[in-house]
Parts: sequence; structure tokens; C-alpha cells
Amino acid sequence: MTDATTAAPVEQSELEKRFPDAVKADARPGYAGFVVETSKLVEIATALRDEMGYDYLSSVTAVDYYSDAPNAENFIEVVYHFYKSTGGGALVLKVQTPRDNSVVPSLTPLYPGADFQEREAYDLYGVNFEGHPDQRRILMWEGFAGHPMRKDWKEAFYEEEVKPFKNRWPEGQVYRIEDRNPFNKNNKYPQGFDPVGFKETDDPKLYEVLERAAREYSEDIDTEQVVVNLGPQHPSTHGVFRMAVRLDGETIVALKPVMGYLHRNHEKIGERNTWTMNMPFTDRLDYLSSMSNNFGYALAVEKLMGDKAAPPERAEYLRVIMAELTRISNHLWAVGFLLNDLGAFFTPSLYAIQERELILDIFEATTGSRMMCNYFRFGGVARDLPEGVYAKIKDLVFERLPRKIDELDIYLSENELVRSRSEGVGVITPEEAIAFSTAGPVLRASGVPYDIRRADPYSIYDRFKFDVKVRYHGDVYDRYMIRIDEMRQSLDILKQAIPDLPGGAAGGEVMNGKNPYQVRVPAGESYGRVEGPKGELGYYIVSNGKGNPARYHVRAPSFINLTVLEKMCVGQKVADVVVNLGSIDIVLGEVDR
Amino acid sequence: MTDTNPTVNSAGYEVPPELRQNVAITTLDKIWNMGRRYSVWPMMFGLACCAIEMICTAASRYDLARFGMEVMRPSPRQSDLMIVSGTVTKKMIPQIVRLYNQMPEPKYVLAMGACASGGGPFKEGYNVVSGVDQYVPVDVYVPGCPPTPQALLHGLMKLQEKIDSESITSVRWYGKDDIPAIPVPLLGPDLIDPRDNELIKQETSKKPAAPAAAAAPAPAAEAAN
Ligand code: SF4
Repeated sequence: MTDATTAAPVEQSELEKRFPDAVKADARPGYAGFVVETSKLVEIATALRDEMGYDYLSSVTAVDYYSDAPNAENFIEVVYHFYKSTGGGALVLKVQTPRDNSVVPSLTPLYPGADFQEREAYDLYGVNFEGHPDQRRILMWEGFAGHPMRKDWKEAFYEEEVKPFKNRWPEGQVYRIEDRNPFNKNNKYPQGFDPVGFKETDDPKLYEVLERAAREYSEDIDTEQVVVNLGPQHPSTHGVFRMAVRLDGETIVALKPVMGYLHRNHEKIGERNTWTMNMPFTDRLDYLSSMSNNFGYALAVEKLMGDKAAPPERAEYLRVIMAELTRISNHLWAVGFLLNDLGAFFTPSLYAIQERELILDIFEATTGSRMMCNYFRFGGVARDLPEGVYAKIKDLVFERLPRKIDELDIYLSENELVRSRSEGVGVITPEEAIAFSTAGPVLRASGVPYDIRRADPYSIYDRFKFDVKVRYHGDVYDRYMIRIDEMRQSLDILKQAIPDLPGGAAGGEVMNGKNPYQVRVPAGESYGRVEGPKGELGYYIVSNGKGNPARYHVRAPSFINLTVLEKMCVGQKVADVVVNLGSIDIVLGEVDR
Repeated sequence: MTDTNPTVNSAGYEVPPELRQNVAITTLDKIWNMGRRYSVWPMMFGLACCAIEMICTAASRYDLARFGMEVMRPSPRQSDLMIVSGTVTKKMIPQIVRLYNQMPEPKYVLAMGACASGGGPFKEGYNVVSGVDQYVPVDVYVPGCPPTPQALLHGLMKLQEKIDSESITSVRWYGKDDIPAIPVPLLGPDLIDPRDNELIKQETSKKPAAPAAAAAPAPAAEAAN
């Protein structure tokens, strides 16, 4: 465990000195960071970015502090996590705004990476961001009634505030929640609503925005532009993601990602769940790398729980081993399907999937499930390796995978077609990559050597020798190459971790104490982040000391990486859109949550 | 091949033993169904986590091609089977219904996983539809979260059995009547199923029992936009 997650005191005091009236240290027990004056937010953020080196705005989210008790102090807090792109801990700023008529200045003009996150806070919490260039709903659709993450907003299938629910079998009679809904469905409508002759408002608003963006793009010849929708059902196999593009001939003049087709209300459900119940839900975020998702969540909660949840050595090693195997399996998938997008339909993927299956076998043997591993617990991991699996991992890591990764590299990387379709396509400069808050391979392919395992080490990553992989062109080809590099890097880490695993093949203790069914988490906030295969995966959690999280937010790397997609694509040909998308490597479960 | 429906698959004639090398008597249904059961083309249509297992089913280890089903079509116009592989959300269901309407008959739907069958782990979510069968008819349900490739294959074999039991004389798509399209739901203040319009009107014009029962009011700032 590490304490390097909050900024050095020097900078803290400097901030207080410079803005004595506007900055207050957050004094609530268990909280860190500063509460700042709403009116001074932009000024402070500018100083942070330009003078103090906090150029990377990692996470923006809102928290609803609400209680229906009389005289309760109700407000909405917007929380910002700033980092330096050269490494180190977070600087956390918070602004508070009343629940009705919530207005906060937008940081999007300063940090373009805040764009989608602010839209999400607007969508789910109803916070208005003044000065946001394009404030529309992002996960739900325009016209949806209410802002669902607010604590007093109840879904149609609402039963009780928190789980575990009371008996679902009152007097031995099972009931289904839909039987209690007048429509027999998960729907509810505001009073007086008339469905006859109803017109949707979501798409017209989107096309308006596209048109506005297109007007800014001027060409000498007056040509007719067309709007094309790619998705949500389209063959590029990245799931239900939609891009509305405006084309001038074959050239893209504007592109707006449209998401939310897989918005499964992860956070709302997460705030009703108990702490432990959320673990299997994190599997379903980025369903290609469930182990890494577990990791981040376990870290965030363990940080609040303190020493009583410090995992034993063997568990730490197992965590790292599983997380790195996950990274390899994720990158295999990403590389295979990027080639798919480039036109090499399914053949390279078949080779990649074959190796991934072998890793899944290890997961299945250890956790009981191929994809949804649900393996981590607060204070360790759920089970030890079963017999024979240690040898299997060893064989895979030392023998088979290095060969197979070389094979992919040899067949694909120098291929004429691959190179000519991907070199120089979708270029992102290092400055842009940082400003747009991209993370993971996308950031590192643009020449920014930022890897949380190094920049802000967690778990036992400080014990291993490895180089942060970085490539410098920022194009699709480099984003492909960096994934090959990272697979080799993960193998290097694994080669150090496997022989060191305490207990080796024989087994040992993997849980600190008994595996609890219910945990108590002290009040406070915490932000746990890991370097997931797709980038910085962070969990911002707030506990009020009860059995359920008061706020549970996921900083999803795929979601935030998508902010840069428009930048990548505008001015290029429409054929490259899908390739650019593939090179970001998104998983919709995580984008939409 | 399993004979689930004897009247479909047996001609009822006995072939004399000496002719069995040269003559086979069968029914039109049996030939027709054999052609169909080995060429079910699924739509390439992934929704969520279950889609990953669907792709793995199509890949080398589980090899969907053994069943003649490896030809995944991105266009609904060319597909016979819609594998609903994942969580069906309110934002997505209009598209799913539209795609279903665009598929030509004969068409089948397989609900893969807990989510598509009944809402799954996310059922209570405000944007989640509790099962695709609320909108389109489902032929086979495959349980699991996600179902393993083996389970999906089992579901597909069940579908083949269902195909075997159909007769060219009685299937709905050769009947006289048009098969009506399913009305596409709309995205209003919540998902609107046009088939429910009457009911919705009835419910929303009721006097509220308690003010808390109404939807959360939109904040003032939004109304001003
Ligand atoms: S059933 Fe499980 S694996 Fe399948 S889509 Fe739903 S949550 Fe994902």
C-alpha cells in the first residue's frame, strides 16, 4: 500500500497562500483536498495547469449529498482529480453548489478532457456547466424525465433504499417486481403525460450540433454535406456505439460519438448494493479485463479500511499475476480486432483469440468463470490457485506466449497493408493527449511516458523492474505497436512475479482474516486507481460509515479516451473512422457503464 | 438428427429391404428442414459481455462452422437468427425492434444470457429492459452470465430441433395473412411502447396518490434551457 496518492504539502500550502479566500482545506473526517469557491474555480484551475504543473485532469464527477431529514444540509459537490503528467499524487478540488439550480463553471475550455465527464454529470445529476460548448445528455436521451443519479430520484423498479432487501418471499409467496408496476415493465411516466403523437427530441438536437460544427469548417468550394450514422448496430464489432458524422465527399467535417446504448446504471445500482456486492458488478464494466476492474475497486475500498484489509503477500502477488495476464489477454483481443477493422477480417483475430482462450482457462480454473472472475476481496483474493495451475501459468508465460506474441509481431507489424493503412492516421500530439485526458496506450503512443504503475505505484509494482513503454508518433500504427510492447512488458513482470510468489505451487494464505460477507467501511472518500489495460481505471467512493457506498463512481478509461475521437477523425477520410475507433480500444460496458 | 415431430419427418412408407440401397423416401419437410437447420445465418449483432462469448463461440476452439452457422451477417436482411447477446437497454430497444422487423421470414430469436432473457444482474436499473421478450418473440433462452460457448452451442442445437419440428404446410410465413411488424418503441420521458398507449394515458391521468409517486421534477435550470 502506498500513500503517494495525495499531493506534496508544499504545493498544498502554495495553493492556500495564493488564494487565501477561495481555497479551504476539506476538513470533513476522512476527506482530503480543497473546497474552492465556485467563482474562482477557473482561475485556480488555470494556475494549476499553467504554473503548478497539474496539466492532467483525470476525473470529474458529482456527488449528491442529500438527506430527507429536516434541516439537512443538502448540496451537490463536483469533484476534480488533477495530476501531473510527470507523475505523483492527486490534487483534489471540490466545488459545492445547491441542488436546485446547480451551476458550476465548465473546465472544458481549459481541459478538453472534461467534456464528456461534465456532460455525464449534467445528465445524471443535473449540474449545469456554464461555458460548456455542447451540453447535452450523454448516457440517457434528451427528454428523459429527471436526473437519475440524484438520491431522491427513484427508478420504476425501486424497492428499498439499500440492499440487502427485506424478504422477497413474504409468507412463502415469491413476487416479481414487474407485477407491482402498472405496465408490467420497467417504466414510469410523469403525471399528465400523453403518449399519443409524441415526438422524440434526441436526434434533432444531435443533428443541430453537427450542423453547427460543420459551419465552422470552411472549404473553398461549396459542396453538399451529408450526415451518416455509423452504428449503433454496425459490423466493426465494438459493440453498440454510434458515431454521427457529417461528410463532405469522403472527408469528415464533424463527428459526434453517441453513447448510452449500454448504459446499465452501474453507479445507481452500485449505490444500493453493499460494498462486497459491487465486486461482481465491476467485472461487467470492461468485460474483457475483469481482474483489473476488481483490482481498482479493491484498492479504493482498502484505502478507506486501512490496515485491517491489508492483503497478505501471496495475495498481492496473485493480484499482480492476474492483472498482468488480463492485460495480455485484453491486448491480444485489441490487436486482433484492430486488424479486423483494418480489413483483415477475422483471421488475425482467430490467432489472437486462441491464445486468449489459454489465459481464460487459467481464470476459469482459479475463479470458476472465464470472463466474470469476481476474484478480488477486500484484504486478499477469493481463492488460492488450484492444483496444477501454477505450472500452467509458468508454462504459458515462459514458453508459449513469448513465441506467440513474436509470431503476431512478425506476421503483422511489417505487413505492407497494415503499415500503409495505419501510419500517419489519426495522429494525436503529446500536448493533445494530455489535454484530452487520454490514458493508457493512447497516451503512451503519443510520446507521454505515463504509467500509473510507475507514476503513482500501487500494490507491489515498485518491486518489479520494467520500462514504461512509449512510442512517439501518436498514430494508429503506434497505438497498435504499443500494445505489442506492453504484452512483452507484462510478460517481463510476470517472469519476475511467478518465481517470487510466496508459497509457490504449494499454496498459502490469500486472505487477511476471514472472507467477510459484509464489510464496514469507515466514513470518508477515496480514489483508487490502477493502470488497466485501457488506461487509468479509477474508483471514486464516498462512505458514510454504513454498509453501502454513498457514492460510487467509475472513472472509465474507454469513456474518457473517446473524447479525443473527434479530434482524431476530423479532416480524415471516413474509411479511417473505424480504424481510429479500434485503435482507442473501447469496451462499451465501460464506456456506458 | 432427432425426430421431434414424427408427422413432419416420416413419410410413413416402408421401403423393401432390397431397394434400400437405391431408394429413400422422405418428406418434403425433412429435406426442407435439413437445408434450413444447417444454414442458420446469425446476425452479427453484439450487445454486451455476452457478445464476447458469442465471438469466442465463432472462433477456432468452439467453431460454430460445424453447424453451418459461421456466416455472420452484418445486415438484418440476410440473416435468419438474431442472437440477442447482452443487456437490452431502453435506449437500444427501438433499434433492436427495427432490426427484427427488417429481418425476412423465417426468422428466429435467441436470447443469450440472463440479461436478454429477463434483465439479469442489471434488471432494476432505470435504463434496462427486463428481457427482450417484452418486445420481440423469443425462440430459445440460454441461461448464464455469460453463458459459456458450450451453453450457446446447446441453445443453437435446441433451435435446430425447433426448426426440425416445423412443417412447410403450417408455418406462419407461408400463411395467407400478413405478419404485422412490431411497433417501434419511442424514447420519451421514459421508454414508450406504442402498444401500451391506452394504459399509459389511463395511468398518467390518475390523480396522484401521494406527491412522492410522481417522477422527480426536473430542476429549474433545465426548464429554462
Ligand atoms: S448476462 Fe451477464 S454476461 Fe451477459 S450481458 Fe448480462 S451481465 Fe453481461
